[in-house]
Amino acid sequence: MTQLPTPGAAPAAPPPAEPLPTAAPARPRWRETLGLLARNPTAAVSAVVLVLIVLVAVFDETLAPDGPNEQDPSLQLQPPSWAHPFGTDEFGRDVFSRVILGAATSLRVGFLSVAFALVVGTLIGLLAGFYGRWVDDVLMRLMDVLFAFPAVLLAIAIVAIRGAGPANAILAIGIVYVPIFARVTRASVLGVREEVYVRASRSVGASDWRLITRHVLPNAAPPIIVQTSVSLAFAVLAEAALSFLGLGPRRPDPSWGLMLADGRGFIEQAWWYAVFPGLAIVVTVLCFNLLGDGLRDVLDPRQRTLMAGSGR
Amino acid sequence: MRGDPIRLALGTRFSQETYDALRERSGLDLPLVQQYLTWAGRAVTGDLGVSFRSGDTVTSLIGERLPATLTLALASLVVALVIALPLGMLSALHPRSLIDRVATVVSQFGISVPDFWLSIMLILVFAGVLGWLPSGGYVPLTEDPLGWLQRLVLPAVATGVVSGSVITRFVRSSMLEALGQDHVRTAQAKGVPTRQVLTWHVLRNALLPLVTVTGVQLAYLLSGVVVVEIVFSWPGLGQLAYQAVRDRDFPVLQGAVLLFALVFLVINLLVDLLYSRIDPRIARR
Amino acid sequence: MRELPGSAAAPVLEVEDLRVDLRTPRGTAHVVNGLSYTVGPGETVAVVGESGSGKSVSVLALLGLLPARTATVTGRALLQGEDLLTMTPERLRQVRGPGAGMVFQDPMTSLNPVLTVGRQLTEGLRAHGPVSKAAARARAVELLGEVGLPDPGRAVGRYPHELSGGMRQRVVIAMALANSPALLIADEATTALDVTVQAQILDLVERLQDEHGTGVVWITHDLGVVAGIADRVLVMYGGRCVEDGTVDDVLERPVHPYTRGLLGALPDLATADDADLATIAGTPPPPTDLPAGCVFWPRCPVRGDARCETEQPPLAVVGSHDRAQGGDGDRHHRDTGPLGLPHRAATWCAEGEAS
Repeated sequence: MTQLPTPGAAPAAPPPAEPLPTAAPARPRWRETLGLLARNPTAAVSAVVLVLIVLVAVFDETLAPDGPNEQDPSLQLQPPSWAHPFGTDEFGRDVFSRVILGAATSLRVGFLSVAFALVVGTLIGLLAGFYGRWVDDVLMRLMDVLFAFPAVLLAIAIVAIRGAGPANAILAIGIVYVPIFARVTRASVLGVREEVYVRASRSVGASDWRLITRHVLPNAAPPIIVQTSVSLAFAVLAEAALSFLGLGPRRPDPSWGLMLADGRGFIEQAWWYAVFPGLAIVVTVLCFNLLGDGLRDVLDPRQRTLMAGSGR
Repeated sequence: MRGDPIRLALGTRFSQETYDALRERSGLDLPLVQQYLTWAGRAVTGDLGVSFRSGDTVTSLIGERLPATLTLALASLVVALVIALPLGMLSALHPRSLIDRVATVVSQFGISVPDFWLSIMLILVFAGVLGWLPSGGYVPLTEDPLGWLQRLVLPAVATGVVSGSVITRFVRSSMLEALGQDHVRTAQAKGVPTRQVLTWHVLRNALLPLVTVTGVQLAYLLSGVVVVEIVFSWPGLGQLAYQAVRDRDFPVLQGAVLLFALVFLVINLLVDLLYSRIDPRIARR
Repeated sequence: MRELPGSAAAPVLEVEDLRVDLRTPRGTAHVVNGLSYTVGPGETVAVVGESGSGKSVSVLALLGLLPARTATVTGRALLQGEDLLTMTPERLRQVRGPGAGMVFQDPMTSLNPVLTVGRQLTEGLRAHGPVSKAAARARAVELLGEVGLPDPGRAVGRYPHELSGGMRQRVVIAMALANSPALLIADEATTALDVTVQAQILDLVERLQDEHGTGVVWITHDLGVVAGIADRVLVMYGGRCVEDGTVDDVLERPVHPYTRGLLGALPDLATADDADLATIAGTPPPPTDLPAGCVFWPRCPVRGDARCETEQPPLAVVGSHDRAQGGDGDRHHRDTGPLGLPHRAATWCAEGEAS
């Protein structure tokens, strides 16, 4: 048959029975969520790989064969071998060890900057969405202004003003992602605010604080969780970009972005120098993105979160 | 503020008088708010001040770099759309098919790859191993068209792949949404040939969200490709801004930021205009 | 003049044992389970039932408009003698339009928002033959006039959002009638409209039917519409036909408890003895998990025969008001309706009540 694929066009399926509106909303069921996620092989594998990466970052000094700055002048720019699986750099340092040690830097900056964005952005989004009116207008216009600047440039400008270094990199990346969290949270809160159970609670005199913490936030959380995973991906990317530009950690600290910047100069003689740190970034970012996609399928079927990549 | 721009501009050996003179001439001795107001007042008239570093006017510096950035951004957008449109459409038309899976994997990779690492890899393969293309630099189109094109290809591909991956996902999802709409079924029920249904009832409607995404990506390409410009020694605005950051050359940085904000506004305006051209519901409002 | 449907005229549509299964995340949904009916030229068959009874799917399946990846359609559906379900895609495309036109439920979403009304009308005309742009446009204006759109010359240049819901539905009807189809399928065509507009559109369809001799399948859950437009009624529940017959038989002498329940919900059609069925408690069974016996058993307030729980009552001819014994499949029963059609119901309850 001349059949166009028509997804969602199954008019027969009777609408699922609506839960009684006055009943308490179904809280996100964590065990069920994890179960669904485990049945999504891509997301499950990504989660496992991420756990491994975090373990590597935590036990980096035990796992790395060499120290970060152990130099061996006789082994400059050696290709990958059994002793040095990722080769050596121009000072004869083991690239494998430095990639392992760089994981901590990348993840620390990633997690802390997203934590900053998550806390500040969610708070702003909650206030804007819950109180509406002028609070909403003021806060969201402010977010729009922040959002108007290209992410990388905004981060560069912040670091330029405050000086290079990991702490400022965290702040810079965090600020860049605040508006995204604010928007996602606000949209989610708006969806929940008028639900019957919230109005019911309000009518029996629940305080704003109780409403927000007991009803609004738990039910508005799923898109925020998805956004967190996706944002972690971009925070790691942004950290790499800042380090690459010399605006993050300083040499000789091991950092994937810095290693790429240095390896770039030797690309013709020693491909491994730039290839392996880059692969480390790709794998980490890819896993956060895939996990985010999996979470989105499970938690946010209406796709309210920004799609991966729109933060770039 | 860290780093004294005057000190950076003058180098290592200079007298206190030269220092004070330059500081006064640049207005850096005035309070910050006054500095900013003075700058803003002049900016409205098109005077963005003078670079601490080179002494050139910021307007002329930006004017010099703008064509290179525009060229790269537009070329990248072409690459992105060439990748995204067919890939996104095919995967929407055949969900869960092989092509859909390949497209999903490719776009996931594209989104996860740092553009500067992709640039380095492209240089490694096409300039290093294969030796087909130069590893960077820029020549104007008017002087050496072939050389211009050769130098444009790699940076355009590096940024285009990243943007293309983002757009692919949007094309796929907006096509899927358009396919599921009732009026598509109406068109089929009229006995309109499948290709016509796809063009006029699916693609035509999927175009609307696509315009927005493409606009956002163009804005990103025009202003966010700082790192790629640096890797390929592409003399664009991103590089100018980055150099300004390193030199604490604030007039140039301010000028660049202002320009980026303008670019953002102009692109949003263009998107709105385009929207009203293609969506009659907006045009008649 | 309306042609008299009967054995003399070949039926426009003959549906035989139509079954539709849809693959859903919750398992296979048996949405239509062995539906058979015929539509003669100029005849209007109303298909009634609650939402979820499989009405819409049964007609979408006829025109191949269900998603091929999830839907399995079996049975036969002869449109003027040609089986719609085994046609080549190209032939099916040719038949959509001139063979069968379809009016969809929601006038707000069934028109493409970015194309003008005229464009959407001429598109259907030009898909089925070499028609010049100018000729197609002229015909579009004519069609819009026929469906009662004021100022059709200007309306062709308008976009759907510039028209009211009633006007849009007229456009959708004009599109369905553009190629003078032998069969018109209207899926809840007037449900979204207010009563006055609804009456106008019903008149319009009847008039066009008289002029073109079109067979009509009218899907609705509104019994008022049924009484106004239908020659015959087919009551659907759980993907099955539970009762069919002439409009008088079914509306005035309903046999199946479900039909009686439906009618009881409509006060001015209800008779005294089934007033207690004014509303039917419960919801239709999920198509993924249909009961073994009568599909209506779980909600049935009568439960007149224990066999209904485990066995499916066959669709059999029933006696009418004088209570002659039915169920023998005798098509030439003397108590057939005015149009010579049998009154059938899939229930044993009527027998229990017969005395």
